[in-house]
Amino acid sequence: MEKLEHPLWIVQLVNALLGPLVHRVGEALGYHFTGHDVIPPFMVMVLLIVVFITALCLFVRARLSVEDPGKLQVLVEDGVRAVMGLLDEWIGPKGHQFLPLIATLGLFILLGNYMGLIPGLMSPTASINVTLGCAITTWVYYHIQGIRAQGLVGYIKHFWAPPGAPWFIGFLYFPIEIISHTSRVMSLSLRLFGNMFGHELVVLVLFSIIPFLVPVPMMFLGVVIGALQAFIFMLLSIIYLQGAVAVEHHVDEHGHEAPDGHHAPAAA
Amino acid sequence: MSKRSVLTFAFVMAGAFVPVFAQEPASAYPADMVRWSIITAGFALGIASGLAALGQGRAVAAAAEGIARNPGAAGDIRGVLLLGLVLIESLAIYVFVISLILFFLKPFAA
Repeated sequence: MEKLEHPLWIVQLVNALLGPLVHRVGEALGYHFTGHDVIPPFMVMVLLIVVFITALCLFVRARLSVEDPGKLQVLVEDGVRAVMGLLDEWIGPKGHQFLPLIATLGLFILLGNYMGLIPGLMSPTASINVTLGCAITTWVYYHIQGIRAQGLVGYIKHFWAPPGAPWFIGFLYFPIEIISHTSRVMSLSLRLFGNMFGHELVVLVLFSIIPFLVPVPMMFLGVVIGALQAFIFMLLSIIYLQGAVAVEHHVDEHGHEAPDGHHAPAAA
Repeated sequence: MSKRSVLTFAFVMAGAFVPVFAQEPASAYPADMVRWSIITAGFALGIASGLAALGQGRAVAAAAEGIARNPGAAGDIRGVLLLGLVLIESLAIYVFVISLILFFLKPFAA
């Protein structure tokens, strides 16, 4: 498979510009580089996305206007409003504080997925390093938010037993919860990585068989998968956050739960 | 069984078992472990994707029926359906990743 990959010019450019500096810093920190590229391709692509998003945001902010919003401004506002609606639907009005991380993750993954469709670039999300980074960020973030919302003791208690259950159920419940929470990192990262890498592989195989028009349906599938996976990553992050910051439900004497909002299905 | 199929079978068996005699005593795994792991990866992915397709088909069928009965609930059903489909699909994706590891990283290489 390595033989089918040709070096990308932008990777070579960035390596020629920044490679010696990164090499020297890495050597000083005691890290020894192997291979010919000091900066791996996925890192270059991530930097490209960062530059693009920053430029886009600065551009939109520069021509921000209430009376006469441009097309780009309307587009960006709609995107932000869609994520806000998602947060409202799952977490409630206090979910707006999570907008920065969730929307950034969504935008980053969406751009990362779509990058693979542009000739001369590749999907950084087809590398396990990037998806694992996103997943660990989400994981750490929702635990921190859970501890902030419920306090350390309250948060650990919510691992021990579900509300309304007797306390000794925890001996059964606690190990399952621990496994379920640790497997979330794997499930988030492997889902995105498997989808994007599998898509690249399929396109690559079709290109090596018939390099004309036949890979196009697969590339169209890549457009659908890219948007869907970005949305799903965002949605699962929101659901994990909702599970972490949810305050205990009030159960009245008839055993009915108080109508205090939305109840999420359990998600692995 | 025709003569040709017997011959084919013999060839396949020979191809599968010949490397056993060529194995090195020093390695931890048999020499044809890579081949068998790749065959296993293919079968595992086939089984996983088939069962995941069954599950997803059931989910989509139920959702379509639900929307047909109550078109007003289409939005909610679509959200739940999407989430369920992704959670089902991720199981197949795990097997796919394991297959990829067996195909490209060859953890059982002698």
